[in-house]
Parts: sequence; structure tokens; C-alpha cells
Amino acid sequence: MSNIITAKDLCLWYGQFKALKSISMDIPEKSITAFIGPSGCGKSTFLKTLNRMNDLVPDVKITGDVRFREQNIFDSNVDVNELRRDVGMVFQKPNPFPMSVYDNIAYGPRTHGVSSKSQLDDIVEQALKDAAIWDEVKDRLKKNALGLSGGQQQRLCIARALAVQPQVLLMDEPTSALDPISTSRIEELVSDLKKKYTIVMVTHNMQQAVRISDYTAFFLLGELVEFGKTDELFAQPTDKRTEDYITGRFG
Amino acid sequence: MQTNTMKGKRKAYIATMRILMWVSTALTAALVVFLMGYVLYKGLPNITWQLLSTKPSYLTESIGILPDILNTVYIVLATLVIVLPLGVGAAVYLTEYAANKRIVGMIEYATETLSGIPSIIYGLVGMLLFSNNMGTCLMAGSLTLVIMNLPTIMRTTQESLKTVPQSYREGAFGLGAGKWRVIRTVVLPNCVDGVITGCILTVGRILGESAALLFTAGFAHAVNGIVDGLASPGATLTVALYVYAKEQGEFGVAFAIAAILMIMTVLINLSATLVGKYYRNRRSI
Amino acid sequence: MKKNKQLENIVHGIFLICGLITVGCVLLITIYLVISGIPAILEIGLVPFLFGETWASTAAQPAYGILPFILTSIYGTAGAIVLGVPVGFMTAVYLSKIASAKVKSVMEAAISLLAGIPSVVYGLVGMLVLVPAIRKAFNIPDGASLFAAIIVLAIMILPSIIKVSMTALDAVPKEYEDGSLALGATPIETYFRVSVPAAKSGISAAVVLGVGRAIGEAMAVMMVSGNAPNMPGLFESVRFLTTAVASEMSYSSGLQQQALFSIALVLFLFIMLINATLNFFMKRSKEG
Repeated sequence: MSNIITAKDLCLWYGQFKALKSISMDIPEKSITAFIGPSGCGKSTFLKTLNRMNDLVPDVKITGDVRFREQNIFDSNVDVNELRRDVGMVFQKPNPFPMSVYDNIAYGPRTHGVSSKSQLDDIVEQALKDAAIWDEVKDRLKKNALGLSGGQQQRLCIARALAVQPQVLLMDEPTSALDPISTSRIEELVSDLKKKYTIVMVTHNMQQAVRISDYTAFFLLGELVEFGKTDELFAQPTDKRTEDYITGRFG
Repeated sequence: MQTNTMKGKRKAYIATMRILMWVSTALTAALVVFLMGYVLYKGLPNITWQLLSTKPSYLTESIGILPDILNTVYIVLATLVIVLPLGVGAAVYLTEYAANKRIVGMIEYATETLSGIPSIIYGLVGMLLFSNNMGTCLMAGSLTLVIMNLPTIMRTTQESLKTVPQSYREGAFGLGAGKWRVIRTVVLPNCVDGVITGCILTVGRILGESAALLFTAGFAHAVNGIVDGLASPGATLTVALYVYAKEQGEFGVAFAIAAILMIMTVLINLSATLVGKYYRNRRSI
Repeated sequence: MKKNKQLENIVHGIFLICGLITVGCVLLITIYLVISGIPAILEIGLVPFLFGETWASTAAQPAYGILPFILTSIYGTAGAIVLGVPVGFMTAVYLSKIASAKVKSVMEAAISLLAGIPSVVYGLVGMLVLVPAIRKAFNIPDGASLFAAIIVLAIMILPSIIKVSMTALDAVPKEYEDGSLALGATPIETYFRVSVPAAKSGISAAVVLGVGRAIGEAMAVMMVSGNAPNMPGLFESVRFLTTAVASEMSYSSGLQQQALFSIALVLFLFIMLINATLNFFMKRSKEG
């Protein structure tokens, strides 16, 4: 299996504070990779670096490189908007735009130049089906998306991210704001999505990492402590700190 | 029990403060009621159809305020058309683009300075800048008012931009939208309330403005279309009130205009409140 | 994709220009006032201009001393503050801390109305109600005087004082007040001894804002103050810095007009000083 994203010696500073310390990691294609670690360990920061959402934060400095399909994403000739189309993102709190369900899904394709009505109709339907929410919203496509439940909103946001046909989907604790039933629906959905997409997911929930991920990375204080196959990492951690964390000794 | 043990001095302090507060509040309320009542009482009987629909004529020795009403409408429209894009643009720059703290500080300081400058100084500078170059005309007055009202539009738009959730921006950026597209599709549509409130407040300020217009827009009372109107001198309702009261002693007309201005002020305040409420309700869904 | 980047840069540039317009305006205003205000001062001389007690711009032997205007503006503003601040302050405390929600919202609407009334309307009512009343009450030949102007100004600055003070008082954390109440202070003692001191920067800002409003007001004052360039006295007919500019501008020319610009420059310097003070208090108030 080939690696779709490769980070090498990545360091990141917020002003004077060094938030990521020399991270190197290869993320395999069409799999689920989970980032775990106590809060403030850098896992979300690293995730947001992968599609350069950190650009929006003032005073960020980055060294080292991240390659997406062999292309260094920090190269000056890389269009960050194209990168974000290929590497989509789902946020911690569902964040539908205050528009109709349809317009939410169509936002991305429209952004990237799709304007034909029939084409958009197809994309919207397909994306909503892929996100397993089509049956719930097909009769209310023109209604405001803010009227959906939290779990539905999050699946809508996943559908919105899928509608631009990304290759990688970054998910930043996508279930932390949801109830258990919505969470399990999203987990099912994510497991299903890996057939077509590469998924990288930050989670604070170790059971979740075990349940759905193929690979797990453990972060601590801005360092990548350990990275490997999920079942191996949880069964036989090689680093003492990983063992302490997964056995619940801290965090 | 406590009151019984309180010392006399302490009791007196509390009583004095309470009375002072009541008297002050009652005085403020009475002022509003008196001003409103007096102006309407003196003004309403003088508002006739003839007054509203004609221009002043020396032949029939009659006074009509139609030209002043039209001038006011023209100057309001012209000012809004210019100040809206500038003010909203400046607000967008400050909240969405500006990264350099020095530039932000400079703009904010300039904005605060502008809102503190009295209108008579605007009138003078407007005369030097605009009227001396393009002649005394409504357009010169309008350009002066643009500078005066920039801070208002900027402030209300900025306040409203700050309430647009960051998650909307993140969501749109995360889909690969460029900055301009994010602003156009997600940010601006959600700050409409601030822009509308800014417009309402600006209309209110223009209606009430006189000192800035005396030397820039002039005092003429001719009935014109909007294009000719903006190119010729003309008095707005407020300026006309001043001229009729101070220079000509036509107090009936002055009070009629004052009553109209009062009613407009009430309507403007009311609509600003309603717009705020409407959008707050919509947001809380 | 190059095209997109170009578009983004152009848009960014346009917004930057919008942002810098206010800076440009302030510079323009300052430069124009200085350029047009300096010549007359040079010709008349700074000291005779600022401290001359006679203004006779249209006399055969013209005199351009603006001390009467400066003093009138200062006395008038001070008078308005002395009358307006206590009333505004007490009203603000009452509305912020004691009044029921209903009374508060009705009064807020009333105060916004007071703020929205055009200054010429204040002038008109002052001219026809206040001025005759002063003439009768004090038995003087003409009621149009500094005293009338002070009362009108005091009323006109009320809304700013009440609103800004209320914002500051509303922002005082409830924990402070609870702490005082728990020590056995009554609510009124708590408001004046805990809440008011906590909101003192905001209230100071309100007063400074009132000063700015009062010193800058022209039209209302013009209609009630009599407009003669006398040295100020409470029942004298007087002229303010603002009204000195307004009353002669339309027919002035030559040195007389230049002197009017110089008056505007002096007024502008006063305003800048007041703005700087205001900024200082506003910042302190935000920092808590």
C-alpha cells in the first residue's frame, strides 16, 4: 500500500511556542489513521497543517515539509485552495453554513467551478448518499441546514466535504460534540468511507481509535511518540509513555 | 431589623442617593416628553398638504417645503451610495484581512478621530475640499457627509462581522474556497444586519445635520430632479428649519419641519431596534 | 490558477484602500485646516490672536482677538458638564442597577430619541421657550445668553453621558456587587461604593465624550446664545468658537475669512486633545 501523505521533520511554532517538534510520518492511502494524545499535545495542530488550515492563524511558522502525492504542500507554486479541495476537512463542531441543505453541499463544487444545475443535482445526491443522510434530508433539500439535529449536521458536513471529491478527509474530533447514537452512526459511516477515501482523524476517545482505525499515532507535548498499526500499538506499545497513556495512567 | 440598627448618617446617605436618582431619571423622562409634545403640538397643525407639495413663492407669498424634502432624499441617497461600499469595505478589511497591527491601529485611531470631529469643522473642510472645486451643491454636501458617516457604517458592520462564527469561515476555507469567495458567500450575507443598522443610523444623522451642510450644500429652495438636484445648491429640511427660524422668523414653518424631523427620528430609532431584534431572533434558530 | 491569485490580490488591494480612506480623510482634514489656518495667525500674531479681547472683523480698524470665543467655549462646556453630568450619571445608575427591565427599555428608547433630535430643533425650542423664560425670570433685556446655551448644551450631552455610563455600569461583574451585599451593605451603598468605582474609567469616558459634544456643537448654540462677540458673562450675549466660524463664514473674505479658518484650527486642536483623553479612558475602561 502506498503512502498518500508524508511528513518529514515538521516543526511548527505559534509565536515563541513550539507546538510541533520534528514530526515525521507516512500516512497510507485508503485507510483510517487516528491521532490520539492528551489535549494540547499537537494532534489537532498537525492535522490542520496537512491542508494548511493553520495558514489562517496569525504568527505561525513552519519548517520541514509535508508531501501530498510527492508534492510539497508548502511550495510557493501550490494553490492552497486546490490543496484543500484534495484534502478536505470535517470540524469538531458541526458547522453547516446558514443556507439550505442543497446550497451547503453545492458550495464546494460551485467554488471549484461547477455551475450546471443537473451536474450539481447529481453531485449533491451522491454526496448525501455517501454520507448516509440522503434518506433523511431528500425531502428538505431547500430547507435551512441549521434546522437539522447535531448528528445530522455533522453528516451533512461530511457530505459537504465529500462533494468536492477529495482524496483525503481530515476529521478533527468529529464526534466529540455528539450523542452516543449519532457517534456510532458517524463511526459506521467513516469505516465505510475508507473504501474510497483516506481518512485521518483526531480523537480523544481511545475506544473509538481501536474500533475504527487501521493506524494510530500517539502525540505528547508536540512530539510524535509512536506510530503503527492500531492493533499492534494498543497490544504492545514500544514506548513507555504510550503504554502509560493507553492504560489510562495519565491524560 | 437591619434598618433599625442603621445609623442615621447611613440612612440619610441612602435616602439622598435614592431621591437624586429618581429626580434625575424623572427629569430626563420629562425632557423627552416635553420636547416631543411641544414640537408636535406646535408643528402638527402647520403641516398642510400645500406646505408639503409646493415650493416657496414670492408671488403668492407662500412657503412650501417640497424642494427641501426632495433635497433631503437626494442627499441621503447620494451619501449612502458612496459611503456604504467604502464603510463596509473598510470594516471587511479590518476584520478579515488586516494582519499588520500597526495598520489596524492607525485605521482605528483615524476612525475614532473622525467620529469626534464636530460637524462645523466638517462643513468648513467640505467647503475647502469640495465646494471650492465643484461649487456649492448637494453633491459637495453629500461628499462631506460621506466622510462624517464612514465611522458609523464601519462600526456597525464590524460589530456584525465579529458575530459571524469563525466556523463558517473555516468550513468554507476547508472546502478550498479562496478568501474573496469566503467573504462574498459566507461572511457578507451574515452581516446584513450590521449594514442595515448602519444605514438607518446614517440616515438619522443626515436628517439631523445642519452645520456641515450650510457652507457645502447651500440654502436654495428649487425643485429639481435628482441629477440636477445633486449638481445645484439646495437646503435639506434641517437647514431649511434653521433658515426659516433664525433668518426669516417663520416659526410656523420651522415647527412644522421640526415635527416632521421628530417623527422621522422616532421611526428611525424604531426601525433600528426592530432590525436588531429581527436578526437576533433569526440567528438564535 | 495564477488568475485566481491575481484576483485575490486585487480584491485585497481594494479592501486595503477602503480601510485606509479614514486615515486619508484625517490627514486631509488636518492638512487643510493647518494650511488655511496658519496664514491669519502669522499675520495677526499668535498672542494678539489667542489673547486679544476684541473681535471686530468688519470694523474700519479690524481687530481679531478670539479670547472671548475661547473663554465662552470653555465656560459653556464647563457649565454644561456641571449641569448635565450629575443628572446623566444619576440616571445611568438608576437605569443600570435599579430600574425594572421594562422601565429600562422604555427609557433607553427615550434617550435614543433625545440623542437623535437634530440640533436645530433644540435650537428652535430653546429660542422660543428657554430664551423668553430666562428673560422673564431674571428680568434682563434679552434672554439669549451664555446661560441659555449652557442649558441647551447640558440637555444635548445627556444622552451620550447616560449611554456610555450605562454601558460601563452594566459591565461591572455581578460578583463584585454580591461581595459587597454579602458584607451587609445595602444595594444603594453597593452601587455607589462598589459598582461606580469599578466603572470609573467608563464614566470618565462618558464625561469626556460630553465635553467633546458640547465644545463642538454649533447650530443649537447659535440660535440661543445671542451671538455677540462679548467677553463671557452668564447673562451676556456671547459667541462660541463654533458659532464664530458659522456666523461669519458665508459673507467673509480676505483676512477675515482666514481668521475664521484659524478659529477652526484652534477648535480642532481642542477636539484632538479631548479625543486623546477619551481614547485614554476608553482603553482603560476596556482593560477593566
